[in-house]
Amino acid sequence: MIVRLRPLALIVVLLLLWQITVSRAPAHILPTPWAVAIGMGELLQHGLLLKYVVASLFRVTWGFVLAVVLAVPLGLVIGWNRRADMAFNPLIQVLRPISPLAWIPIAILWFGVGDLAAIFLIFLGCFFPLLLTSINAVQNIPAVYLNAGRNFGLSPAAVVARVLFPAVIPQLIVGMRITLGVGWLVVVAAEMIAVNSGLGFLIVDARNAGDRYDLVVAGMVIIGLIGLMLDIGMRSLQQLKSLRWSYSED
Amino acid sequence: MSSLAEPKKWERFFWPLLACAIFVSLWHYSVLWTATKVFPSPRDVEKGIAELIHKQVLWRDIIDSLRRVAFGFGAAVVAGIPLGLTLGWYPAANQVVNPLLQILRPISPIAWIPVAIILLGVGDHAATFLIFLGAFFPIVVASVDGVSNVPSMFRLAGRNFGLGPIRLLTRVIFPAALPKMIVGLRIALGIAWLVVVAAEMVAVDSGLGYLVIDSRNSGKRYDLVVAAMLIIGLIGLALDLAFRRLERLRSVRWGFRHES
Amino acid sequence: MASPKLQAEHIHTAFMRDGKSMPVLQDINLEVADGEFVCLLGPSGCGKSTLLSTMAGFLSPSSGEIKIDGQVVRGPDPRRIFVFQERGVFPWLTVEGNIAFGLFRLDEAERKKRVAHYVKMVGLEGFEKAYPAALSGGMKQRLEVARALAVNPDMLFLDEPFGALDSITRLTMRGELLRIWEAERKTIIFVTHDIDEAVQLSDRVVLLSARPATIQQIVHIDIPHPRDISSARYLELRDGIFKQIGLAHRL
Repeated sequence: MIVRLRPLALIVVLLLLWQITVSRAPAHILPTPWAVAIGMGELLQHGLLLKYVVASLFRVTWGFVLAVVLAVPLGLVIGWNRRADMAFNPLIQVLRPISPLAWIPIAILWFGVGDLAAIFLIFLGCFFPLLLTSINAVQNIPAVYLNAGRNFGLSPAAVVARVLFPAVIPQLIVGMRITLGVGWLVVVAAEMIAVNSGLGFLIVDARNAGDRYDLVVAGMVIIGLIGLMLDIGMRSLQQLKSLRWSYSED
Repeated sequence: MSSLAEPKKWERFFWPLLACAIFVSLWHYSVLWTATKVFPSPRDVEKGIAELIHKQVLWRDIIDSLRRVAFGFGAAVVAGIPLGLTLGWYPAANQVVNPLLQILRPISPIAWIPVAIILLGVGDHAATFLIFLGAFFPIVVASVDGVSNVPSMFRLAGRNFGLGPIRLLTRVIFPAALPKMIVGLRIALGIAWLVVVAAEMVAVDSGLGYLVIDSRNSGKRYDLVVAAMLIIGLIGLALDLAFRRLERLRSVRWGFRHES
Repeated sequence: MASPKLQAEHIHTAFMRDGKSMPVLQDINLEVADGEFVCLLGPSGCGKSTLLSTMAGFLSPSSGEIKIDGQVVRGPDPRRIFVFQERGVFPWLTVEGNIAFGLFRLDEAERKKRVAHYVKMVGLEGFEKAYPAALSGGMKQRLEVARALAVNPDMLFLDEPFGALDSITRLTMRGELLRIWEAERKTIIFVTHDIDEAVQLSDRVVLLSARPATIQQIVHIDIPHPRDISSARYLELRDGIFKQIGLAHRL
């Protein structure tokens, strides 16, 4: 029991250090932890927090789901067919390192300022990692699985449905968990720059409309916590028994 | 994988070229057919790149971006690897620190911008700080992962041959963990490249990210926007490839199943 | 026996599993003479690897003690080297690098000499600069033995070293091991579950029961080397062990 509390103790110690350093500092710009907590309460009271959280989650969900629906099938096909891999790989490798945020001018040009632009950016941020994960997952299927499928007389379609798909799902789920995290990072950044609601916007707005750094940090903490919860949620998917065969430990 | 015939050597060049050609044609024709006045055609982008190179601005921006990445990434390596090695070696320490890391990690470096600006002012330092944040966590995670996955057999053998703790760390643990650490470094470098572009869009006024935003804001030069995006993609790719070279060194190659 | 090399006295070892105590070794008493080749033989999972690890100093017994040269064993020591299966070689070092691993206290000239000597002894000439990834299973096993021998230990502990090798390579490796043992006369304790291997290699075979392991019987193999595996005495000893373990002769 005591051991479980140690991480909490560390956080408490750091919070105390934070509180003390800021109180001592001459220019009281950086907020104390206490001020941040009060700030969070304030946001909850005004109902603003819930609205912003929902907005951010909404965008992430749409962008992420769109990315899954497009990237996974495409990735499976490209991973399956060597020539497709040869054809598309250079394009993917050049587009992938372009930060989704660098697409902002294009996004605004095509979709205007608003939800659609943000969803587009999240989609971009999720699409490439998922695509690469899917390609990789197919290429990593041990040949023995596929040979066994063909040995038992399965048609190509049946091999895909009954061997390929179950074999790639564990890796896909890990990829989706990581990509969801990326999506969460992108939505915050996109909201800081391109839209007028959401947690990212909260941070920018709190600062611009009055230097409310207590709200800024409150926003950051909430972003961290929600991101963590999304991650834990996805990890519980990995616990499903039918998928656990692939995870020796996580 | 399913191709019935082994692809010939020439196909390695044919297919990508075909795909790119189709992509560029589609781009060119969709610009033509929609008669858009703003979105650039491939030709426009090409001319844009030439203009940037001619104006000498491009090199300065590239160097600025690379410099920030170098400092931010370097700082993340210097701070992250020792921390990761320590946490991986002492599971008790990891258990205490890990929850804190897990909470901080999902906070986009961009969300740290206001805090960064308070602490460091607008400019290079803030950008470098953001890059540091972006690269730090993957490096720590990969180092912890690398160390905790060193087979106990290696550790026992090291102790068996009489190696003291320091030699054990440098001659067994570190080499054994290195492949995983290098993958983490490569991923962190990729993230650093994404963050620098984003940071430059918000917190500084030079660099490739700034070039993207500035080209639009001062004159709706979308041809330069796309040109800058392309350059960002190419340099990011070059960084990634350079790192993959490292992974092929023979003293490290054993740790990778495929040469991906 | 005259001043035994290794003494195991009343070794009891139990592991905690899910809050319950699980006994693995029960009252093991054993003496091994200097230069002897002893096999620990028993079914999989009986605890023979645990016993070997305890002798090598990697594990502490729950009660009882191991003494080597009269001193209680408290931890691993370069005078007694443990040989794992071939995956124990360090993949980031070359053949030379692996063999030289324990020789960091020697000066460079001496190190080079030793490495060259043991490369030759295990028959890996020509592969000095190769990495383990380029070697076969048998070669990697020989490399691990060379690495162990290079530091000139008194004792070698081998934990089913040939288990991952094919049966033909296994036969060759047994001969190699015996050759090295006769040349260097180390004290060897060798864990196996292969009855033929035990009778072919050792001076004495220590039969361990299933978990919790106790010493069922110690069989003294009195055939001189090289052993003819079709000789009457060999078959007699082997059959004796078969019966003791309770195995039938027909598949």
